[in-house]
Amino acid sequence: MKRIGVFVCHCGINIAMTVDVKRVAEEAMNMPGVAYAQDYIYMCSEPGQALVREKIKEEELDAVIIAACSPNLHESTFRAAAEEAGLNPWQCEIANIREQCSWVHTNREKATSKAIRIVDTLVQKTILNESLEPIPVSITKKALVIGGGIAGIQAALDIADSGYKIILVEKESSIGGHMAQLSETFPTLDCSQCILTPKMVAAGKHPNIELMTYSEIEEVSGYVGNFNVKIKRKASFVDWSKCNGCGLCMEKCPAKVPSLFDRELATHGAIYVPFPQAVPNKPVIDKDNCIYFKSGKCRLCEKVCEIGAINFEQEDLIVEEEIGAIIVATGFETLPVPNLVEYGAGDVPDVIDGLAFERLLSASGPTVGEVRRPSDGMVPKEIVFVQCAGSRDPERYRPYCSKICCMYTTKHALLYKHRVHDGQPYIFYIDIRTGGKGYEEFYHNAELDEGIIYLRGKVAKIFRDGDKTVVWGTDTLTGRNIEIAADLVVLATAMIPKDSTAELVKKLRIQTGPNGFLSEAHPKLRPVESINSGFYIAGAAQGPKDIPETVAQASAAACKVISLFSRDHLEQDPAIAWVDEDLCGNCRICISVCPYDAREFDEEKGIVIVNEALCEGCGSCVAACACGATQQRNLSDSQIRSMVTASLGGE
Amino acid sequence: MSENMGLAPPKSPPIRLTREVVNSGFKQRVNELSGQHMDACYQCGNCSSGCPLAQEMDILPNGIIRLVQLGQRDEVINSETLWICASCFQCTVRCPKGIDIQAVMDALRQMALDEGVDHFGPDQIDPEQAALVPQPGLVGVYRKLST
Repeated sequence: MKRIGVFVCHCGINIAMTVDVKRVAEEAMNMPGVAYAQDYIYMCSEPGQALVREKIKEEELDAVIIAACSPNLHESTFRAAAEEAGLNPWQCEIANIREQCSWVHTNREKATSKAIRIVDTLVQKTILNESLEPIPVSITKKALVIGGGIAGIQAALDIADSGYKIILVEKESSIGGHMAQLSETFPTLDCSQCILTPKMVAAGKHPNIELMTYSEIEEVSGYVGNFNVKIKRKASFVDWSKCNGCGLCMEKCPAKVPSLFDRELATHGAIYVPFPQAVPNKPVIDKDNCIYFKSGKCRLCEKVCEIGAINFEQEDLIVEEEIGAIIVATGFETLPVPNLVEYGAGDVPDVIDGLAFERLLSASGPTVGEVRRPSDGMVPKEIVFVQCAGSRDPERYRPYCSKICCMYTTKHALLYKHRVHDGQPYIFYIDIRTGGKGYEEFYHNAELDEGIIYLRGKVAKIFRDGDKTVVWGTDTLTGRNIEIAADLVVLATAMIPKDSTAELVKKLRIQTGPNGFLSEAHPKLRPVESINSGFYIAGAAQGPKDIPETVAQASAAACKVISLFSRDHLEQDPAIAWVDEDLCGNCRICISVCPYDAREFDEEKGIVIVNEALCEGCGSCVAACACGATQQRNLSDSQIRSMVTASLGGE
Repeated sequence: MSENMGLAPPKSPPIRLTREVVNSGFKQRVNELSGQHMDACYQCGNCSSGCPLAQEMDILPNGIIRLVQLGQRDEVINSETLWICASCFQCTVRCPKGIDIQAVMDALRQMALDEGVDHFGPDQIDPEQAALVPQPGLVGVYRKLST
């Protein structure tokens, strides 16, 4: 018989107030195999761990049970302590008498009796526990970053600088993302291009970064350290290896296509680069709008291209890559103006969104930085900014705060005043939120020096009246309604996840939250990891955030990948499913119930085996297996039977 | 006493804001006379919370500042608040943005006096009440009578 030690933690008063911990230790001494039992105020502290280590040696224990908090919290702590004292880590078990007992009960007598049964249950399990060894899994030390905005660029650069190879996949033809569209950035008013484009160039030139722009993720299989990724390289109809980026084709193209980069405030040809500073600076042909693809005539671009880079026969190409870790940095988009019915539903020409206003402010934008309204090109003298356009509106639009709008709207009003000195900006807001370094000061100065009128209230209605755009709002500070006949209205529309995120997460098998943003493994302590091993998240795809936070999260995600790649191999928890080959009837029910694709048919053996690297030890197949061939290590049927008996009071 | 503390009386028409209204010179004149910066106010309301005479006012001190910010001259100049204010400096001491609100009230009283807006005639002051009226209020009345 094993010699088992039981260590009962008070957890300060968390457990001891509701459970008689001394009695639990006394009763444990009467359980089969228990050779030693002791309580202590904080078992996880160094003296507590030292007690466990000391008694393992002194009492020659073969296994220990720590009756304390959830194994999620300290199983690894105590297994490390047990290992240090010479035990196999899988001979250390946690009896959860806090979350599952003291925290949820008030009756001390009954809670104590329950705690004793919980300990007994773990004693029964431990008697039959085998010693296990972690399963080594190899790692492909090459990362994939999905999304070429500032988050993806930063993560890629950080990983590349540490010496590992990276593939940076971007859906558009250039990296840069939304940050490339911005004019200047709060609170320092750095020119966005000036701080972004050097990073874009660095990413484009880095020997460890392979850019795959105009590309999308087609399929992802495998597991942490060993993903197989299929990437679709969309046909650009331009041979980028030949193209020297001279731009003649774009000049001559007779088609006029609204520029999405310029928020449809300008047009470009059907062959285009989204913006002149693009990386790579290579054009693509928009098949849906190309005159040749639509009518069979034209091919003007082909005629003017002296190096013969145009290739109308080009087809989508699927490339396969072996990848060790994946960072998802797919970014955001904004709630479309047409969704906002009370704000004109997109039908009032001088109601635009914040990104469109960025393009109007940008020196490389359609108006070369002059603020001119879309309807007639007039310089607006009365301009209204509307915050929370779709944010903080759980009834109709989005329940959350989009976080960046307070700051960028103040920046918009300020930059507008810098361009139009005799103009009057008004900002309607619900609350001004300026949490960030230097943010409150930025707002304070804008309010003090720029003559911006802040009006506290949500705008009810926006409509066109002649050439004016009338805004009906209120100012709750005076209790008076406000009416402004504006020349231009800018809506701070809600940040929403990219619509392609939903499809992508299905391919990656990672999770999103109720608002469609990527879910992190823990909101505070694991903010850059997905719950699925090997996936990391960065930037606004995880939730609304500004550039400094995005960059910080991207570097953090990169750091996690670098940490993963710094190991020789990964260690997989061996307490997973295994198959008794003589018993397996090959019914394959296990394949259908496995949520991790870890069960696969082995043609040679004619049975269904377990892919140990993929198995998470959830037990679904163990429960489903009709002939008892699949068993879970250290949770065998006989262990579970004796555990159930013990939990029912041993009868 | 107003039931609508700090807010304008109910049934007020909407304020039609234009750059002419906002930049009419009223706010700028208040800034000039008081030596304060009206746009520094972020409407926390601390001046009103600490005001010992707030319950007697038709518009709370922060409401006065707010209306100045929005260029609402007539409403401010005709407010009883200017004459209820005891110039006790509670508001000035409390303001987190360092605005000397008492100086703003002084400036507004001066502007009201310059306009000859009547608030108190000597015949309106009951001798018994006169004994209770704060001194700066009476001074304001005297100054008006002397111009």
